[in-house]
Amino acid sequence: MNKFDLATDSVRELNQALHDQAKELTEREWHVSNPGGKHNLVVGVNEALSIDIDGHAGYYCAGMNQKATVTVHGNVGVGVAENMMSGVVRVKGSASQAAGATAHGGLLVIEGDAGARCGISMKGVDIVVGGSIGHMSCFMAQAGRLVVCGDAGDALGDSLYETRIYVKGTVKSLGSDCIEKEMRAEHLDELKELLHRAGFNEDPASFKRYGSSRQLYNFKVDNASAY
Amino acid sequence: MSDKPTPVLRESATFDRLTIQEIQRAAETGIYDIRGGGTKRKLPHFDDLLLLGASMSRYPLEGYREKCGTDVVLGTRFAKKPIHLKIPVTIAGMSFGALSAQAKEALGRGASIAGTSTTTGDGGMTPEERGQSQTLVYQYLPSRYGMNPDDLRKADAIEIVLGQGAKPGGGGMLLGMKVTERVAGMRTLPIGVDQRSACRHPDWTGPDDLAIKIAEIREITDWEKPIYVKIGASRPYYDVKLAIKAGADVIVLDGMQGGTAATQEVFIEHVGIPILAAIPPAVQALQEMDMHRKVQLIVSGGIRTGADVAKAMAMGADAVAIGTAALIALGDNHPRLDEELKKIGSAAGYYDDWQNGQDPAGITTQNPELSRRLDPVEAGRRLANYLRVLVLEAQTMARACGKSHLHNLDPEDLVALTVEAAAMARVPLAGTNWVPGQGF
Repeated sequence: MNKFDLATDSVRELNQALHDQAKELTEREWHVSNPGGKHNLVVGVNEALSIDIDGHAGYYCAGMNQKATVTVHGNVGVGVAENMMSGVVRVKGSASQAAGATAHGGLLVIEGDAGARCGISMKGVDIVVGGSIGHMSCFMAQAGRLVVCGDAGDALGDSLYETRIYVKGTVKSLGSDCIEKEMRAEHLDELKELLHRAGFNEDPASFKRYGSSRQLYNFKVDNASAY
Repeated sequence: MSDKPTPVLRESATFDRLTIQEIQRAAETGIYDIRGGGTKRKLPHFDDLLLLGASMSRYPLEGYREKCGTDVVLGTRFAKKPIHLKIPVTIAGMSFGALSAQAKEALGRGASIAGTSTTTGDGGMTPEERGQSQTLVYQYLPSRYGMNPDDLRKADAIEIVLGQGAKPGGGGMLLGMKVTERVAGMRTLPIGVDQRSACRHPDWTGPDDLAIKIAEIREITDWEKPIYVKIGASRPYYDVKLAIKAGADVIVLDGMQGGTAATQEVFIEHVGIPILAAIPPAVQALQEMDMHRKVQLIVSGGIRTGADVAKAMAMGADAVAIGTAALIALGDNHPRLDEELKKIGSAAGYYDDWQNGQDPAGITTQNPELSRRLDPVEAGRRLANYLRVLVLEAQTMARACGKSHLHNLDPEDLVALTVEAAAMARVPLAGTNWVPGQGF
């Protein structure tokens, strides 16, 4: 196992060492201690590494991740796993705003709560949140699935495209063009699989599904008040 | 024959024919007008400035004998691999989606021949564009359509877009007729939607966050690539200072004359400030932070001639960018298209419905029959010719001012023709020592 101690090593040294693995893989297991809430930890990783961060991370932890499995044993700041392409990012604590923003693929698991704009503009990632999420989550979300085992804040799914949202608890309000939809068998299967991958023992039947009514896909005068 | 004079119809200055037509159109449709291009109103511009050639107090360089350098290095502040361009005229960001793949390829070809860079746009990087662009700047936009780390690593520089001159504070749009299967696939959108682009970045707000975002991109790309920050001109003094503080290598400042693929007419005409008014506060901000020439300044918005290039650089820019002019060089609005343009309600020289995908030039369209009309090799050659002319013209004027490099032009080489231009450009009114706002 390769060990980095951010009390003495720099973020630059850590990221460079991780990037170098994409050229010549020499070590799959990585452990990062004393992260101290530092920003931009393990960003741009492009190899199937297993990375444990032992503590809290700042902004953009695991940003643009490809292939790697990153576990944060703490909380994370803004934009965890932003623009992730593949791999798995698991946050054992809670996440700040914009978790999984614009992410194209992979799985983001937040075992605690996530702040505002969780899954904003997501483009194919799967996000599973064990707790609750803040307002404006899934704003302009395009593809992928968001699962929330707790509650959702205001304006969930505003201006949504094709992302599917599953919420177990209450939704404070739905955003423009987001509606509750029928939970069919294929959705229960999909949700079951997502919960299983995320490691949550929840009953899929206790969730509701939300998606786009697709009324704002093209500009229409009659919809002007929706914007 | 009557002795009565023929009545003269008096047009209202307030309710002129265009205004009346717009009120009628709005009443008919209930929705704002959307078009492409930049502002059409007359604004204080580089035409309102003159360069002072050499005479007794300065001596010129020989026009065809003595060297006048044109190269520029961008990204010297932090990037391990700054960009070295042969000419200080770059191609501004324009998306595949707004433009056809052929047009993007032609831009890459023309820019590469001339020794300059081209820039992606909203919607990601196409192989045609990367393949033909010797130096490619990859835009990082609020929508992040098509954004991925592989392309980030392939880029020669990264431009974080905060806004553009045609619509500072506004997001983008791409109407459904241009959201074809390929465009939709690159942007992860349903085919045919009227695509909206966010006006704010999804994962950062404000300059302190931007500093962390820039650091993230540097970390992902191992600090190799220059990071540009593009600003739509509105409050350039503060925006430039904050961008420098956030860690930008290069500032791109786009005035309101800059074009857009599709935006509300009212936005294009009424938001932002002219590039002439934006450059001096930007340069002041750079100078006050001791960053002029260390953080490079690229300006855009209405650059048409070598005179514009020379004047912009004399005002303190390190380089300029062109968008609309580059499309015209490729073949946009060409007189040979007049008949076809009339069939869609326009005419050569007036066509601005770049949003609707019916461009007979094959440039602002995703219609395969139309886009096939544009030969990327031939169009690229035209763009390269035009770029050469811009540089030759700028060199001609720089030599006349006694300058051995375009970067040696300075504000003392300029005077203004109007009080407004003098005040905005902060140069004297011609024939006087008076710079409005700076006392007598």
